[in-house]
Amino acid sequence: MLTFVRGKNGDDTELISNLDPMRETKKIEIENLRLAYGGKEVIHGISFDVRANEIFGIIGPAQSGKTSLLRCINRTIEFTAGAKVQGMIKVDGQDVSRMKNVYELRRQVGMVAPLPVGLPLSIYDNVAFAPRAAGMRNKHHLDALVEKCLRQAALWDEVTDRLDSLGTRLSGGQQQRLTIARALSHQPEILCLDEFSIAIDPVTTMRIEDVLKELRKEMTIILVTNLVQQARRLADRTMFLWNGEIIELDSNEVMFSDNPRNRKTYEYVNGIFG
Amino acid sequence: MTVASNPSPRTQFAETRLVRKKHRSELIAKCFFGVMAAAMVIPLILIVVHVVKQGMPSLSWEFLTTNPRLGGIRGGIWSAIVGTLYIVTISLCVSAPIGVLSAVYLNEYAKENWFTRIVHLAVVNLAGVPSIVHGLFGLGAFVYAAGMGKSILSASLTLSIMTLPVIIASTKEALASVPVSFREACWNVGATRWQTIRRIVLPNSISGILTGVILQVSRTAGETAPVMLTGVATFKAVEGTGLFLYNPFTDQSMALSMHLYYIATQANNAPPSLPYAIATVLLSVVLLVNASAIGLRAYLRSRKKW
Repeated sequence: MLTFVRGKNGDDTELISNLDPMRETKKIEIENLRLAYGGKEVIHGISFDVRANEIFGIIGPAQSGKTSLLRCINRTIEFTAGAKVQGMIKVDGQDVSRMKNVYELRRQVGMVAPLPVGLPLSIYDNVAFAPRAAGMRNKHHLDALVEKCLRQAALWDEVTDRLDSLGTRLSGGQQQRLTIARALSHQPEILCLDEFSIAIDPVTTMRIEDVLKELRKEMTIILVTNLVQQARRLADRTMFLWNGEIIELDSNEVMFSDNPRNRKTYEYVNGIFG
Repeated sequence: MTVASNPSPRTQFAETRLVRKKHRSELIAKCFFGVMAAAMVIPLILIVVHVVKQGMPSLSWEFLTTNPRLGGIRGGIWSAIVGTLYIVTISLCVSAPIGVLSAVYLNEYAKENWFTRIVHLAVVNLAGVPSIVHGLFGLGAFVYAAGMGKSILSASLTLSIMTLPVIIASTKEALASVPVSFREACWNVGATRWQTIRRIVLPNSISGILTGVILQVSRTAGETAPVMLTGVATFKAVEGTGLFLYNPFTDQSMALSMHLYYIATQANNAPPSLPYAIATVLLSVVLLVNASAIGLRAYLRSRKKW
């Protein structure tokens, strides 16, 4: 298990971390997070940090709490009846549970779901939905933003002459890129991708992976994936989550070496169990 | 499968006794279900043909556009048509907004707790209350307690209460048919619940919602028991043939369903074709409304976006 050295009382922690030069680079801090659905605990008190501008991989089998973890960060877990969150999640040093403007939090944390969801709106409106919901009305700004996001998601060239046709009519791979464009449209500082490549072909996957490498200059990326090799290719650090507990969290050099600290990591990464 | 387990591969597709038996039972099942489905159509056709044929002698343009005379046994049915129109319109104006909005609350906002469970229970049970009981409730609540007297308003409100649970149920069903993933996608980008409802949920469930509401028109037009107790007269002489025959807040009115009931069971010396003619008009109204609901649904479905 991974542990973090911290002062025993909260003020000490604050003091120490203010002096810590690494303080600036901690984008998300999670401390002793527990999540239960209707009394059944699925995340058992995990702690870790995500650094700014890194690609943070999360691997692990189904039911290990990966998606739930992401939903805790942007607080959409609150829409699930019976979900109870304990512990502390900080984004930019701020406790998310105390944030009054949860909509701004969700705009800061872009989320891409496993299956592509084209909203039943035009391609343009799909991408302009979030900025409009946030109150942006200026047509020129919207146009520019929509183009920028579609370009970033590697979709612009394919849809540039049919922006007013329905997003739901696009192919699966295009819809997934549309979903990514929508997640970028509210200009998040953190981008969470939850098994984004599950419904798209390898070629498109590689294109999006290139996009992600570009995007990390501007934002922090959390990449949840079932494809161990994808985490290996893209991530700086990878966390192995299993049954709601962190088995190992380390840089990719260690995680995907022949000698990770935990035997289970080696076995999972190499397909021996899981 | 190996060759050894199938020594003669050419015969494995041949028709055996077992296969013939399967074919036979398939055929029997298909015919049986088909006949049952066809049986649905027969009563409707018989009713329509019988009613229209019997009512033919009394049916004319004049019959539709003149007011009844001599206690209803002579003249036309215009004032009854207008009365039904008033009652249906007012009751829908009350029940549609309340029903649709409360369904949106129940489906989109409410969390599962004791309060929503009680509301659900109330909706289901209200839908099961017989219409005559609704009529008695309307008599006690609107006519006497609220002091509205026997009036179009009392009758309309009684019918509103009767149709509310059905509108709530059909609206909830329409809302639930919009995939949850759409809502989650909206919440993920920082949209509020109301923004999600207005931009995504309502535009994509409006066809189902409207269909549910329109189907209540035909139910409202056909009910007799609740309106008989709360504001519909067996006969009321009115002047003129315009649309503004009644004051909905104070007047009682005539209504097609009540007129039919009265002529068919209570009135002496009415021409034998008269009740059938009224029935034809009532039936046409109901079928017309249903047809427009189907048409509207087909139109909105063709614009459905996923």
